[in-house]
Amino acid sequence: MNDKITNWTRSDDVVVESAIRRGATRRELLQMLLAGGVAMTLGGVILGRASHALAATPATGGHLKVAGFTSSTADTLDPAKASNSTDYSRCSAVYNRLSNLDKSGTTQMELAESIESADAKVWTVKLRKGVTFHDGKPLTSADVIFSLKRHLDPDVGSKVNAIAKQITGFKAVDDLTVEITLADANADLPTILALHHFMIVADGTTDFSKGNGTGPFVLENFEPGVRSVMRRNENYWKSKGPYVDSFEFLAISDDSSRVNALLSGDIHVAAAINPRSERLVASQPGFVLSKSSANSYTNLNMRLDAAPGQNKDFVAGMKHLINREQILRAALRGRGEIGNDQPVFPGNVYRNDDIKAKAYDPEKAKFHFEKAGVFGQTIPVVASDAATGSVDMAMVIQAAAAEIGLRLDVQRVPSDGYWDNYWLKAPIHFGNINYRPTPDILFSLLYASGAPWNESHYKSEKFDKMLIEARGSLDQEKRRAIYSEMQAMVADEAGTIIPAYLTGIDAITDKLKGMETNPLGGMMGYRMAEHVWFEA
Amino acid sequence: MNNRVLSLALSRLLIAFITLMIVSFAVFFATTLLPGDTASILLGQAATPEAVEGLRKAMHLDEPAIFRFLRWIVGLLQGDLGTSYANEMPIADLIAGRFVNTLKLAGVTALFSVPIALTLGITAAMLRGSLYDRAVTVLTIGVISVPEFMIATSAVLVFAVYLKWLPALSFANEVTSLADLLRIYAMPVITLTFGVSAQMIRMTRAAVIETLNTSYVEMALLKGASRPRMVFRHALPNALGPIVNAIALSLSYLLGGVIIVETIFNYPGVAKLMVDAVATRDLPLIQSCAMIFCLGYLLLTTTADLIAILSNPRLR
Repeated sequence: MNDKITNWTRSDDVVVESAIRRGATRRELLQMLLAGGVAMTLGGVILGRASHALAATPATGGHLKVAGFTSSTADTLDPAKASNSTDYSRCSAVYNRLSNLDKSGTTQMELAESIESADAKVWTVKLRKGVTFHDGKPLTSADVIFSLKRHLDPDVGSKVNAIAKQITGFKAVDDLTVEITLADANADLPTILALHHFMIVADGTTDFSKGNGTGPFVLENFEPGVRSVMRRNENYWKSKGPYVDSFEFLAISDDSSRVNALLSGDIHVAAAINPRSERLVASQPGFVLSKSSANSYTNLNMRLDAAPGQNKDFVAGMKHLINREQILRAALRGRGEIGNDQPVFPGNVYRNDDIKAKAYDPEKAKFHFEKAGVFGQTIPVVASDAATGSVDMAMVIQAAAAEIGLRLDVQRVPSDGYWDNYWLKAPIHFGNINYRPTPDILFSLLYASGAPWNESHYKSEKFDKMLIEARGSLDQEKRRAIYSEMQAMVADEAGTIIPAYLTGIDAITDKLKGMETNPLGGMMGYRMAEHVWFEA
Repeated sequence: MNNRVLSLALSRLLIAFITLMIVSFAVFFATTLLPGDTASILLGQAATPEAVEGLRKAMHLDEPAIFRFLRWIVGLLQGDLGTSYANEMPIADLIAGRFVNTLKLAGVTALFSVPIALTLGITAAMLRGSLYDRAVTVLTIGVISVPEFMIATSAVLVFAVYLKWLPALSFANEVTSLADLLRIYAMPVITLTFGVSAQMIRMTRAAVIETLNTSYVEMALLKGASRPRMVFRHALPNALGPIVNAIALSLSYLLGGVIIVETIFNYPGVAKLMVDAVATRDLPLIQSCAMIFCLGYLLLTTTADLIAILSNPRLR
């Protein structure tokens, strides 16, 4: 039976599942599906799948072996320094955070019972009672203050130093209540605290190799660059999970080795597999592909303060030269969604879906390029494997340019040192941005006049003012309106082109159940170990 | 007479030491040419100028690189390999386990490849021009020409994915019994044996043929020595020098050059450790790995040289 249904999304699955829960009969459901334009045979598939999902109750036991794609001696158990899927997976297994994001990107409380504020400036964090670290120490406000304060210390080398800087005041009101004061009002704090790096460690920790956290697994063995092994935390404070007895994470950097290890049964999950391996895995019985939500993008940046991006017509021309459908189909092999040149990811509550991607229009592009007077010149475009898919994207764009007589010189440079030497520097280059949960983080990181990663050197006073206004407002509707306008502004004015938002594919054995998508990244936002189980 | 051997041996050791120093400086120099440093690489995309500056200071990376290099050399002479920049663990701890794995893999491979190579090389030389000799030649050239990753990947596809006889990954740390050892080492050892013994076969065959063509072997034949006696008593001792050299060169590859095998089988050896170290610009770790590779290489070639000297009556 064919399980692939077009136009059918996970949210539709949810609708059908909840209908079954409410007690709808099979006949009613089939009618519902037919009304939705789904053929009878496929209706059966969906029903089968939905009732299967309902019937599946988690079983316990088993040793879960997961392989990521990158690992080195720089692997760490210090959440502040965590830098890739391997660190995130390991840290998510041993630590918890104050809040977390669910599969729709909505903030849920984890170690915190509530994170509240009246003015978005002074925040009160109430902690859960009865949570203990692996060494038996109860969780208190001192641990939270210690964990957050670390990010401000330059010696720590925290990856979120820039974001954490807005936290200026820490106060332990009592054992389970912390008061956090921000430099300026920011209504997004509960979401910011859900980032991987803000996981909570025990007060005074200097040696992170023990991985003493409050998380679902207790660390048994950690060899940087080789693997980490952990066992289920029998005193875990959550009532559900983890279901597997033990969890082992390793990384196999070679893509075909990773897939072969999965197919031979050595591992249960091969993270982020190459599009080339997709068909191989899909064709083997006993394995399934698990798609993540769109959670990163590769973009083309034209510096607005350097030739040729200085000329508005050149930028406008480039925006019309991008054949997004072709890029998605050929360069990204269909793994993604069409982008509309602004950084807020699909599915985010603040996303402005009304902004339409600029249509591929060589004639219009030619008109703008003529006005900019760039015909006859050779324009360098820097691409690298460091920015996922950028080399292939550059080829598509180069071919389109050649058709109208514009010479683009694609310079493919090494991944090693790319972010230091070319990114933000070359006049035209590619970037690669990972998921960020709020428009505020994205805009302050990437588009505000003083933003550290202002890829196109975009500057607008109006934009900066709107950013601060939205940040301090607790009024959701007002924020939505401001953010919508800001998205339209950067799509129009900035020199960044976001042709598509990318999704990743993890390959897993079909014995593993409970896998969901999460905007924080692949492998369920790197938290799968806590949620999956082996089919009994 | 013995003095001559001793002084030859001593001069070889001195040359080895000088080589070690030159390599260490060359590696250091090459590392400083790479873009970025540990601080900016650890912070990755999140690096803001202030954050990099702060971390650089905390890690003492703001000192001139040459000072850090000299401090590492001084430490090394006192037996201290230093601390990794990337994860602040003692280098000795990081390397120890990995190096043992590398030695295990190299040892098991040598155990299989050297006897196979010598047998095939010598017999092929003895039966030069025969069908057997041509078959061995064609096979070894065929094996040399196939890249290692191809052999390794095909072996995984056949034995792990389709037949499911062997694991696709090699965890050296999981070895608890002889059966485990055979299962876990089978594929990496097969892959490596293919690569290194092909070289050894070719060179052994050439060396034996060369001595078989000399006048003293011809003399032995004319005196009525049997063919095996001619080969083993008269030719082989004189071909020992080049043969041992061929073995040493092939085995030295097993210490640092097995990166492809380590990558494909996810074998935690020391070659991958050095690749990691280069990626994170972890100077003390890069240097320590380079020293180990260089030392191993020098040890093998110097031993081979000494054996060659001792096996040569004119020098003895």
